[in-house]
Amino acid sequence: MMKQLLAHSYKCIAIVAILCVSIQHASAQMENDGIMIPKNYICAGPMFGTSSWTSYWEGTYKRTNGNIGKVTTNMYSFMATYGITNDLIVTAGVPYITSTASAGTLHEQKGIQDLSLNLKWRAYRLKTNMGTLSLFASLTGSIPLTDYEADFLPLALGSHSKNFTARGVVDYNYGKVFFTGSGAYMTRSNITIDRNSYYTTELIYSNQVKLPNMSDYNFRAGYRSKYLIVEGIADIMTSLGGFDIRKNDMPFPSNRMNMTSVGGNIRYRLKSFYGLEFSAGDEYVVKGRNVGQSNMIHGGLTYIFGLTKQKTVQDKDSFKN
Amino acid sequence: MTMKKLIQNITAVLSITVIASSLSSCKKDIVSRVDQYPTLAPASLDLTADTWKPVLITDPTVFTVAAPVATTSPAYVADLNEIKGYQRSLTDDQRAIIKYWSAGAVLRWNEIMRDLVAKHNIPPYQNPDGTYPPPSSTNPFAYPQFPFSNPPYAARAYAYVSAAEYDALIAAYHFKNQYNRAAPYKIDTTIKALIPKSDLPSYPSEDAVVSGAAVEMMKLLFPTEIAYIEQKAEEQKLYRIMSGANTRSEWNAGESLGIQVADVFTARARGDKAGKAIGTSAYWAQLQTQTAAKGETPWISLESPKRPPMLPLFGKVSPFLFDTLTVVALRPGPPHLTGSAEFAVDQKEVLYYSQHATRENEALVAFWADGVATYTPAGHWNAIAADEFVKQHYSEVRWARNFALLNMAEMDAAIVCWDTKYAYFNPRPSQVNSVVKTLTGVPNFPSYTSGHSNFSSAAATVLTYLLPDRGTKFTDMAQQASLSRLVGGIHTRQDIEVGQATGKSVGQYAVQRGQADGAGIGN
Repeated sequence: MMKQLLAHSYKCIAIVAILCVSIQHASAQMENDGIMIPKNYICAGPMFGTSSWTSYWEGTYKRTNGNIGKVTTNMYSFMATYGITNDLIVTAGVPYITSTASAGTLHEQKGIQDLSLNLKWRAYRLKTNMGTLSLFASLTGSIPLTDYEADFLPLALGSHSKNFTARGVVDYNYGKVFFTGSGAYMTRSNITIDRNSYYTTELIYSNQVKLPNMSDYNFRAGYRSKYLIVEGIADIMTSLGGFDIRKNDMPFPSNRMNMTSVGGNIRYRLKSFYGLEFSAGDEYVVKGRNVGQSNMIHGGLTYIFGLTKQKTVQDKDSFKN
Repeated sequence: MTMKKLIQNITAVLSITVIASSLSSCKKDIVSRVDQYPTLAPASLDLTADTWKPVLITDPTVFTVAAPVATTSPAYVADLNEIKGYQRSLTDDQRAIIKYWSAGAVLRWNEIMRDLVAKHNIPPYQNPDGTYPPPSSTNPFAYPQFPFSNPPYAARAYAYVSAAEYDALIAAYHFKNQYNRAAPYKIDTTIKALIPKSDLPSYPSEDAVVSGAAVEMMKLLFPTEIAYIEQKAEEQKLYRIMSGANTRSEWNAGESLGIQVADVFTARARGDKAGKAIGTSAYWAQLQTQTAAKGETPWISLESPKRPPMLPLFGKVSPFLFDTLTVVALRPGPPHLTGSAEFAVDQKEVLYYSQHATRENEALVAFWADGVATYTPAGHWNAIAADEFVKQHYSEVRWARNFALLNMAEMDAAIVCWDTKYAYFNPRPSQVNSVVKTLTGVPNFPSYTSGHSNFSSAAATVLTYLLPDRGTKFTDMAQQASLSRLVGGIHTRQDIEVGQATGKSVGQYAVQRGQADGAGIGN
């Protein structure tokens, strides 16, 4: 029971983690773990993430840039998840983002970014004495909530596209050891920018920009117990199209943005106050293309509670994963 | 879980996948508005264009255009057979080429130029020691490729190509009227006209003369792009032949004439001092010391590492519309002294906009930024002009003449503006006060006066003359362009207001030229 609870709070953080990563790259929020909460429970809380980079890839050429120095993006968000059934949960999140460069003259960007809504469904679960295997299907939609300027990279708050992501997740655990793998496909709508011509590999006379769709593969494994989760993460995000930033050119929303990142999360649940969770994590981009080599630290606080009085966190039996 | 439930679940997952993929197909391919331009159907032939005043050439008869062969000759019959051969089995690709080029030769070559300007408008990356490698016209493929088509370079490039096309067409009209050869579809009625029929004599080809002039100029201006340019010209030639508009010999005669006229312009370009506009490190240092000696704050590069100022001697380039003494005469008086109260007031206003950035201002700045990897402000005004000109049903020669007027004004505005910038070497608001953050990149040259304001007011003055029925449309746009630089934190109000006045003065020279060149404003 506790394990599930802990693991769920971790899930909230995972969403935020992806959000943070996505700030520079694609406005994606994906469900990529193997955790659920039970019917009529809510898990909610604030999250914070800070991401920064000084090196970035211009195409495949890695460099720094004295005209921007260090780019720092901070994210403050609020997330809430609700258990519709024991096998279907819905999660919503809204981040507020600030983005600044330490050098040069570019103006800071800040504001509310995109509303994301995720439906995650446990489609299959098999428990044997060899462990538990679960399959999940997840759908995420996101939509910009404000008219932020997407064509202001590298400080833009996001891509300002409407995104739709379908993900399949496989989760396996044996005792306190777990492994989760998932793959996702994200479609991104065209966006409208403020100018009526722009150069990609040719001059296009339109204010519409076609963004490449993206794929994402996420792997995580570690220790999952009642009060503690420790896990390692690897993530591979790939643009299915787009073009490279040329030498000393400016970035553009339809660049081919790829990144491979590794990291870890730690989750801790208070024994003295049921339902309260702390989390912290770090992810670092080890390989990229047309993105910054960001290091992202995130933390959060969530609280889980049942809407039905009889079912408290302590006595709800179905928390077992 | 039962087998039945599992199957239900799998079915649900599949349904979701189908929904997802159908959502992704909602994504639409981008339509470039220039691909939707209509086929050019000139309202007037402008047959008297051979009497219009050219820019550089003085006498069309000095150029060699052999008399066309008789329409009964085997060579001409072979030319017709070539057209017929193409028309028997046109592929979709060939029809697409016809559709593209039939919007107009001057228009399409202008677009090709804008594309190349945007492609090459990227400042060089620094050397490991913090210096910057200059592009070299003698070694154009070495990094950084030649040219770096920054705003002054681009303005000059548009001007030379436009003016060369215009003079070449005037010469072509001389020979058209002299030889008075009808179009192939009029000689042989079995030849289809896949373009609007015209009574304009078709020898030499007006498309070819534009092509020959443009290609020859662009070989000089964009030497790394010759293969691409030649391929475009080859497509255009095919278009004229496949569409029945011209025979191959009409094309060849026109192309040759275009090259001959362009040679007059390339000779001028090689001697117009643009090649020396980059200056020397001694000159860059001198600009700083002479400004400091006057007690003024000299401009310094805000880039890291510090980049030499952009083309400090571009003000010495030979203008088209007036002489070099006029450049100096057009130079406005000095900006507010950097220690003055007026200067402080102007700086404070920029700071206010920087600290109160609105989404509307961001959009305004982005629309007019015309910075790195764009066709530059001059190119933007070419795009604005083209969107209007396509509605006017101009003849090719009028297209060329109007672009020549516009772009000579843009080049000369660049010359006068750059002369002013380096005469005063005035700092940018963000240099004066590092708290001033900008809504687009800060250009790497002095502040006073605003280049955008010079370019935009000059262009608006010319376009308002050419299209008086548009009222204040162009001057309103120019005002927006100028304002974008103030609210974007790039320029002070004085920079833009004085720049607007100078740009308008330069534009008036083009208007006066237009009023006297015999073309009138046409239809």
